[in-house]
Parts: sequence; C-alpha cells; structure tokens
Amino acid sequence: MIRLDELTKVFGTPAGDITAADRIDMEVPEGEICVLLGPSGCGKTTTMKMVNRLVEPTSGRIFIDGTDVTKTDPITLRRRIGYVIQQIGLFPNKTVEENICAVPDLLGWDRKKSRSRAAELLELVALDPAVFLKRFPKELSGGQQQRVGVIRALAADPPVMLMDEPFGAIDPINREVIQDEFLRMQSEIKKTIMFVSHDIDEAVKMADRIAIFDSGKLIQYDTPDDLLAHPKNNFIADFVGGDRTLKRLRLITVEEAMMKDPPRVTADDSLSDAVAKMEEHGHQSIIMVGPRGRARGAIRLSDARGQKGRVGEHYSKLPTTVRINEDLRNAVSAMFSADETWLACVDDDGNYKGYITQRGITHILGATYRDQ
Amino acid sequence: MDTILELTLQHIQIVAVAVGLAILTGVPIGIAITQDQRAADTVLYIAAIIITVPSIALFGVMIPILSLIGQGIGYVPAVIAILLYSQLPIIRNTYTAIANVDPALREAARGIGMTPLQRLRQVEIPLAIPVIMAGVRTAVVMNIGVAAIAAYIGAGGLGQLISRGISQTDPRQLVAGALAVSILAIAADFFLLWLQKRLTPRGLSVKRG
Repeated sequence: MIRLDELTKVFGTPAGDITAADRIDMEVPEGEICVLLGPSGCGKTTTMKMVNRLVEPTSGRIFIDGTDVTKTDPITLRRRIGYVIQQIGLFPNKTVEENICAVPDLLGWDRKKSRSRAAELLELVALDPAVFLKRFPKELSGGQQQRVGVIRALAADPPVMLMDEPFGAIDPINREVIQDEFLRMQSEIKKTIMFVSHDIDEAVKMADRIAIFDSGKLIQYDTPDDLLAHPKNNFIADFVGGDRTLKRLRLITVEEAMMKDPPRVTADDSLSDAVAKMEEHGHQSIIMVGPRGRARGAIRLSDARGQKGRVGEHYSKLPTTVRINEDLRNAVSAMFSADETWLACVDDDGNYKGYITQRGITHILGATYRDQ
Repeated sequence: MDTILELTLQHIQIVAVAVGLAILTGVPIGIAITQDQRAADTVLYIAAIIITVPSIALFGVMIPILSLIGQGIGYVPAVIAILLYSQLPIIRNTYTAIANVDPALREAARGIGMTPLQRLRQVEIPLAIPVIMAGVRTAVVMNIGVAAIAAYIGAGGLGQLISRGISQTDPRQLVAGALAVSILAIAADFFLLWLQKRLTPRGLSVKRG
C-alpha cells in the first residue's frame, strides 16, 4: 500500500516558486495499479518521483505499507521499490543477466540465488534464458529491452513499483502485447503499482484506479468506470474525451453483458419446435448447437415459420461469434462489421453461452447514469 | 642501433610515466568538475592556457623553480611538462564523456538505489572509457613530440639524436632521430587504439543481430 499525505513539492525558480504538487492526498491499495494521468506539467511525474525520493518533497508524508518513509535513507528506500522508466535505462555495459541482478547485487544477495532468479524472470516474460541471459541490451529489440526493464524492477521482489510511462516508447502493436503481458503478470504477483501515463486509453486498460492531475492538484481519483461515467468537472470530461462512454466498453466483458442460459435448438429439432421457442422468448432467431453444445448456426423466425422439416436442413451459418472473455469494444466492433444487432457468445471451446444485443449494451452503459 | 633502442626506451619511459601520472590526476579532476559548471569552465580554461605555452618556454620557467630542489634540468622537468600538457585532453575528454552519459541511465541507476560512487564505478566510468582513452591517445602522441624537445634540458630520449644532428650538422642523426620519433608516435597510437578497444565494455561495441 502507498499512502500520500498532504504531499507537496515547490520548485524555486528565478521566475518565482512553482508548486508542482499541491497537498496530494491519496492511497493506492495493496496489489492495485494506480495510474497517474494528466497533461504534461500537471505534477503526476513529480508526485511519483517523490515516492522514491528522486524528488525530495517540500512537505507532507509518504507511507509505504503503513511505514512513514519520508525520512528514511533514500538509497535503502529505492532498493525496496521497483522502478521502470520510459527510456528503459538498461546499462549497455552490462549483460541482460547483470542488468536484472542489479538490485539483488546492490542488496548483497547470494549470486546463485540472484542468477537463478534472473532466469526465472526472463521466462516470465517469454524470453528464453539460454538465449538472452548473456546478451547485451544493444542486441535486443525495443520490446525485449522493455520487458527486461520491467523484470529488472521485479528482481528483488519489491512490494511496490513505480512505472514512469513504461510502455510509452514502444510501437502501438507491441505496446498492446506488452501491456497484456504485464497485466497477466500483475494478476499473479499483485504488486502495488504507481504508473504514470498521459494516455487515457492506456490508463483505462491498466488501472484499478486513475488519478487525474492538473496544475499540481489531484482533481479526481476513481475507478476507470466511475471516472468515465461521472467526470467531476469539465476539465476531466475534456481530458477523458468526448467518446468516454465508448471507452467504457473496454471495461466490461462480454460475459458480464450477455444474456445467459439462452434458448437453443439442435439439428434434430423440428422447425415448428424452433418457431415455438422463438415465440415463447420473443426472439427473431435462435441458435442451433451441436451435440456438445457448440454454436453451429442460426434459424430465423421469418425463414422457419410455416416451413416443415428439421432445423439441421434449414439453418444458416453464423456470420461471427464473440468470446465471453473479450471486452464489449470487440463485441461492438464485431457487430458493426457483420452488420448484426446481436451476436452469439461462446467460450474458448466454442460452446454457446449466451447472446448479446446492441440494446443490451446500451442498457448496461446507461445503467450507471440511471443509478444516480 | 643500440643507442637508438636505448634512446627510444628512455623516450617511452618519460612519456609513459608523465601520461600515467596525468591519468591519475586528470581523470578524477574531469569527473569532479562534472558536479559544478563553474569549476568545469575554470579548470578547462586553465588547462587550455597551459597547453598554449611553448614547451621551450615552459622548460625555461621550470629551471629556476626546480633548481630549488636541485632538479632544474633533466628528467623531472620533462615529466612535469608532459604531465601538464596532458591535462587538457585527459580532463576534457573525461569531463565530456561523463557529462554526456545518457541522463536516462543516470536516472535508472539512481532509481534502483545506486550510491553516487556505485553509479560512477558501475555505469558512468565504463561508458566513458572509450572517450577517456581517446584523450589519453591524443596526450601520448602530442607529448612524444614534446619529449623530443626535452633533450635540450638533458632529459635524454630520441631528441638527443635530433639536437646532436643539428649541432653537428649531421643529417644522418637528424633524420634518424626525426624518423624514430615519428614511428614511435604512430606505433604508440596504434597500440593505444588496440588498448582502447580492449578496455571498452563489450556491450558498447556489439551490434544487433
């Protein structure tokens, strides 16, 4: 847990004092990612750098796991806090292994222990230790360097991590990959993380909570969904963007939004049974499943009414399906590209789990406004 | 030939001792002045002034001063002169190399909890080695020439051949001395280039692939 108490930084400049961080009060709960967000010069980076005292606070206090660290020796403090920066900052004269072991070596760990830890960590980010341990940073691609930068920060297993736009210098495609990889890792290691970003989409994706800063002040500190649904003022609303409701699509999975236990038919059912089921539920079409419950196709009410025969003879193929663990953004995108108003939702094995409709999605997005 | 070899060894010894001492003083000074811009400007200015003093004049100035300890001429003033001339290339290159270490690396080093000394030893100096060594090369090559002039104050070395060649109007000695000095300078430069490559951390010279 990280707690900031009235944390303030005033920089003296020839043009007068500048308050870079003005009485910041916030708490990052254990195991959560808090993204500090805002335009440049808003105080987010200054605030983060006060936590490991790269910037010495003017006043206020910092607590890590309940202990006041405002007056502890900064060198000792930094060795207990993982630190990742945008420019990565791998030491080019050291091998990947030596880079990862930098903090354990400073802490005087047993060499064997730190070296095996380095190999373990490389595997965690899908880099083969046999290949990469003895390489130099210059021999790695940007994405590989950033992965090594992240695991270097994890090497001594610090409870707290600070990340300063860690994925900012990576091309968009690799950034998505590394972000996903990092989130998977975080779900296991559960570090308490302060993460500086200027990208609202990254923040929505990575954060358990988002803190938005402006001119040195913490303006709003909320979960991504609350922030997008209820921006506190015009500055926040402008900052998160006019499409903020669409951004919330990312935060909801298909599983949460779909109608569960949907009616279904099999190939052997008669068309009249299918029509009866659709009419019972008020649906315009129904999904046909295979023997093991996989979604195989669909029958339209208009096609089936008055026809004789079995479902298996008349079904049409599904234009597309959506997986239940995807977010609503993907679902909406699939709907638009297939020109459908609803989609069948399947699990990883293709089993039919539910359906999702455009109306259902609008309803979910509207729900938090009606609650107010 | 025996004397040429002896004179060459003498020559090498003067330059090696002087530049060796210059490294021991210049590198720490170069590192120290990265902490203070005004100190850096002053030190580099003084070193630049020293290097503009003609060597003959410098030897002349040192004679009365060093005579106080009975070393007015010979080996000691030669070493001191070369030591002084070497300061500029060594201090300047050290200063430039350390000051130009990527700020991101310095921040990463601070951020993971290195002390200023650990930062120097593990990051900044290894990265500065190629540039510092380039300064040492400049100092050595330049001062092999200065050491030749030191023969006039009785320091020995290949300059003796040249000065004798002039005073005895013997072009053979003159040319032999001049050639030997040139060859020595070129050989020293190659040797130091090799050494520079050896001392450069491998991670700085590898290519992607």
